[in-house]
Amino acid sequence: MLNAVKTASEGEMPEMSQPIVEVRGIGKRYPGGVEALRDVSLDFPAGKLTTLLGPSGCGKTTLLKIIAGLIEPSSGEIYVKGKRTDGPGPERAFVFQDFALMPWATVLRNVAFGLELRGMPKRQREEIARRCIAEVNLAGFENRYPHELSGGMRQRVGLARALAVDADILMMDEPFASVDEQTRRKFQEDLLKLLEVEKKTVIFVTHSIEEAVYVSDQIVLLSPRPGTVSRIVRPALHRGGDVEELRRDKAYLDCVDEIWQVLKQYLA
Amino acid sequence: MTDRTAQPGRPAAAGLPEAAGADDGVRRDRQLQWLWRLLSFALVFAAWEVAGRIPISLAFPPFSETAVALVEMLFDGTLFAAYGETLRPLVVGLLLCGAMAVLFGVGMGLSETVEWFSLPIFIILQAAPMAAIIPLITFIYGIGFGAKVFAVMLMSAPIIVLNSYKGIRNTSPSLLEMSRSFMATRRQQIVKIILPHASGLIFAGLRLGAAAGVTGVVLAELLITPTGVGDLITYYRAVAEYPRMFASIASIIIFSSVTVTLLQRLEQTLFRPETRGPSGE
Repeated sequence: MLNAVKTASEGEMPEMSQPIVEVRGIGKRYPGGVEALRDVSLDFPAGKLTTLLGPSGCGKTTLLKIIAGLIEPSSGEIYVKGKRTDGPGPERAFVFQDFALMPWATVLRNVAFGLELRGMPKRQREEIARRCIAEVNLAGFENRYPHELSGGMRQRVGLARALAVDADILMMDEPFASVDEQTRRKFQEDLLKLLEVEKKTVIFVTHSIEEAVYVSDQIVLLSPRPGTVSRIVRPALHRGGDVEELRRDKAYLDCVDEIWQVLKQYLA
Repeated sequence: MTDRTAQPGRPAAAGLPEAAGADDGVRRDRQLQWLWRLLSFALVFAAWEVAGRIPISLAFPPFSETAVALVEMLFDGTLFAAYGETLRPLVVGLLLCGAMAVLFGVGMGLSETVEWFSLPIFIILQAAPMAAIIPLITFIYGIGFGAKVFAVMLMSAPIIVLNSYKGIRNTSPSLLEMSRSFMATRRQQIVKIILPHASGLIFAGLRLGAAAGVTGVVLAELLITPTGVGDLITYYRAVAEYPRMFASIASIIIFSSVTVTLLQRLEQTLFRPETRGPSGE
């Protein structure tokens, strides 16, 4: 790795597993000359939650969409499970910031949509969809339409849709940006619980430091335009205990402060 | 015609237990809405009655006389005969251009080549004053049935084409990206995302196109050869039977709005269940 790796707290670096996604020298220049990313190299360990964190305009969403194969990079390569990729793949599933739900389809059809595109028979895909809907605590809403749901519920539908295709890698683009604070906290906790069961690799974009520290195994701090990796932080938090306690934990607060010290310098 | 699709103001609480109670409230709201609608009609008719009685013009009959004339014409068969004649070119014209115009608009939305050579034609057609062009039709299509069919198509096609085109072009980029991330093929994108997304505007175009077709056929009947409803208007004006003339005009307005409303109902029941009601069941 090209960039210095530092730990958040004084304890030794937590063991990181094999990378499932490798980003090598990614750069992105938009037509018109805006350089969004420059020479970004990163490893995403399997089974861990990695957050891309940075001020607005640091290219974190661009990087996420490049990894997802939705945006073409100007330079560099993406390797998923050791293989070079240049487009979307079945091992990656995306959760969109604006939910991207089809307004004309019920929750059930929206959740089953990824499977529908793969040509899975209706019965089978709806069975899977029902299970995923239950996993995100939306059982009973299968036949509702998106406009009948609140923002938080819509994002759960988006998450269920990504879970339904059973991808190893979940990519979430500021998934909680459009929901209120209470819903957001509840959602973060539910997400962590869900990940304990599902054993997925998650790549998560956010601009909230607290959120990043709370949910992540590894936090990648990006500098503003052009985005480069400025630091990698691995919060050594003891999870599994009481949630409220964790939010008051010294390691948690120190980590938030450390990140804030880094990001502060980017504010004009 | 406040439509039932407009519900963004409703809180998204439809899924909660109090939904059943809320339904009663919705029903009461609807009843109240109807009351207000009837009241507004009554107000307009009353003003019309007063204006007709003053009278503001000898050629302006009061509402009551017009209504009586309308009922008379309904029962003596005059209206039915006239609409029988008017409807033929209208229906033929709309059927001919409905499907074609949608296909054309969708093609324009999907392919830049088709867009390049046909968009200007339809923009010009939509901007052109039809009443001025319709007499020109007679040079090409004569004064018969064909000319009227052509007038209908000339009026409705640009609206249907441009609406379908806009519907396709306005596809939500985020839904396209979503389908791409789940590896949709281009065909799947068109069938499962682009067309359903555009269907609202396409149907709106068909409704407006049908209304424009009514205008087209009446214009043709007034300007080319007097038949059907156009003949009624021309005739009753000539013999100064103003209540009947106004009744004929009113009948077209009623006919047109009823048609448009029925088309909207049809669309909602057949194709767009999510716009039908709050429960979506």
